[in-house]
Amino acid sequence: MYYLKLVFKNIFRHRLRSALTIAGLVVAILAFGLLQTVVHAWYAGADMASATRLITRNATSLVFPLPIYYRERIKAIGGVKAVAVSNWFGGIYKDQSYGNFFPQFAVDQDIWFDLYPEFRTRPDELLAWKKDRQGAMIGRQLADQHGFKVGDTIPLQGAIFPGTWEFHVSGIFEPRDDTTITRQMYFHWDYLNEEMKKKFPKRAEYAGLFVVQIDDGSRAAEVSQAIDREFRNSLAETLTETEKAFQLGFVAQTETIVMAVRVVSFVVILIIFAVVANTMAMTARERLAEYATLKALGFGPGFVGALILGESVMITAIGGAIGILATFPVAAVFKSLLGAMFPVFRVAPDTIALQCLAALAVGLAAGIVPSVRAARVRIVEGLRYIG
Amino acid sequence: MAERPIVSISHLSKSYRRGDQVVPVLRDITLDIARGEFIALMGPSGSGKSTLLNLIAGIDKPDAGTLLVDGEDITTLGEADLADWRASHVGFVFQFYNLMPVLDAFENVELPLLLTSLSRRERRERVETALGLVGLADRMEHYPNELSGGQQQRVAIARAIITDPAIIVADEPTGDLDRKSAEEILGLLRRLNAEMAKTVIMVTHDWHAVESARRVTHLEKGELVDEPAGARAERNKRL
Repeated sequence: MYYLKLVFKNIFRHRLRSALTIAGLVVAILAFGLLQTVVHAWYAGADMASATRLITRNATSLVFPLPIYYRERIKAIGGVKAVAVSNWFGGIYKDQSYGNFFPQFAVDQDIWFDLYPEFRTRPDELLAWKKDRQGAMIGRQLADQHGFKVGDTIPLQGAIFPGTWEFHVSGIFEPRDDTTITRQMYFHWDYLNEEMKKKFPKRAEYAGLFVVQIDDGSRAAEVSQAIDREFRNSLAETLTETEKAFQLGFVAQTETIVMAVRVVSFVVILIIFAVVANTMAMTARERLAEYATLKALGFGPGFVGALILGESVMITAIGGAIGILATFPVAAVFKSLLGAMFPVFRVAPDTIALQCLAALAVGLAAGIVPSVRAARVRIVEGLRYIG
Repeated sequence: MAERPIVSISHLSKSYRRGDQVVPVLRDITLDIARGEFIALMGPSGSGKSTLLNLIAGIDKPDAGTLLVDGEDITTLGEADLADWRASHVGFVFQFYNLMPVLDAFENVELPLLLTSLSRRERRERVETALGLVGLADRMEHYPNELSGGQQQRVAIARAIITDPAIIVADEPTGDLDRKSAEEILGLLRRLNAEMAKTVIMVTHDWHAVESARRVTHLEKGELVDEPAGARAERNKRL
């Protein structure tokens, strides 16, 4: 009790110094948390992937499509429960600015939302979508971002599929939880295919990729091999992988950036460690006479060392706690500013755990050397010291 | 049979290292201090008087010789045992008071009691008594920076006696005080010696302070010497 009292009183002895150190810690822990959240956001697509969904695409490259008749052949393979087509549309909404970009996919309207239970739909809206050939289901984040509502018409300029395309908002799907991305639009693949038949017949009857639902997630490798075996030596060989691996493939293209963000987040911690270590070293040096006095009075080196270490940990705990608490509102602001880039930008529990760990590690590491020095100070030398 | 001295020093030597050089500070000191004595250690700067006081107080260790305090050779004690021994046997009064600036007068005096098994109530009673004894009962909640030098030194004396040690070591206790405050502090030390039978060992340059002591011992260049002629003349003049 007395120990804690001394530690607390010592912390606020040099108010400005402690306040600046704590402010530095707040900024560092906050920055660390935000950067870790960015890394998490990068992997958000992979995080929401289901273990029972596989992606089958052209083995040569994702830009090459697969014949639509593959759908029936994949469906016939053992362990496959359902297959849905998905085509990246790449339409331009209003202009090519980043703020107006959102993903659009032409999909099998009849089963698509059965494959993705993480998207919550209203039965009446889903029915209306299935009935309307130009109907589109849009995610909640997308609807909120652009103010789309049911009944609106969304005009898109085709970039991959030329022409002006119009879609009617049939419904808005909601996320199951805050890890679910709802910043995209789904429309009928049939609509796309029919238009292609009319305008570019050679490009009709092709799918960008197939989403394959399997019975048992533990058989993913076996089923994937079976699918790829089915199309071996064909004109369009396939590459089948889990949805997670498929998503991580995209992330891997930007792995260097993710790595840089990670490194910077730890560099921030390293810098604040140097700041706190310097503060604690100064503090311990100034108080050598007090530590010597305590030792002269009969207090052991352990008590004296624990005073400094406790102060260091307490300072980082205060700064860390404020930094962690500040992460939530600041992340919310970031999300509102970067929503287009990171549809899922949430402070994950393991980020908070890492922030706690970082604050604790900084406190211990910064305090350990001054603490040992204070504990080892010779009484006669310490008493002579004028701080 | 004569009473055993509370401090018995025999052939004590101490030197410090300064780079490659060994600087002797105390040479072959032999000295007995009787229980209940008030002794002043005098000498010029660098004569070794503070070092001798530190050795007696158990905050430094000699290179050679024996140092018996209350029959116990403290030179053989390890760090932890020596800390325990100091807590129960010695009260410290420093020139610059050495109070904890973040603790108030009450808490500063209570500090040594935290090493005992006394209850909070017992500690409170003792602290109030000690602060009352030094005339600071009404300043218990004052922090050191809210007290004058003399008051701070009185708090330090209360802290020194709180565990009821047999020996009070005082290193230049009046060195940082004005004449009036110094006189008050010396009066307190005399009271502790006379009324509570504390053995007071004091290092000082102050002739006023010396007058409070019952015995004066001189050190010069690390050795005990007879009272120098100059010192004797000064003492006679004052008497």
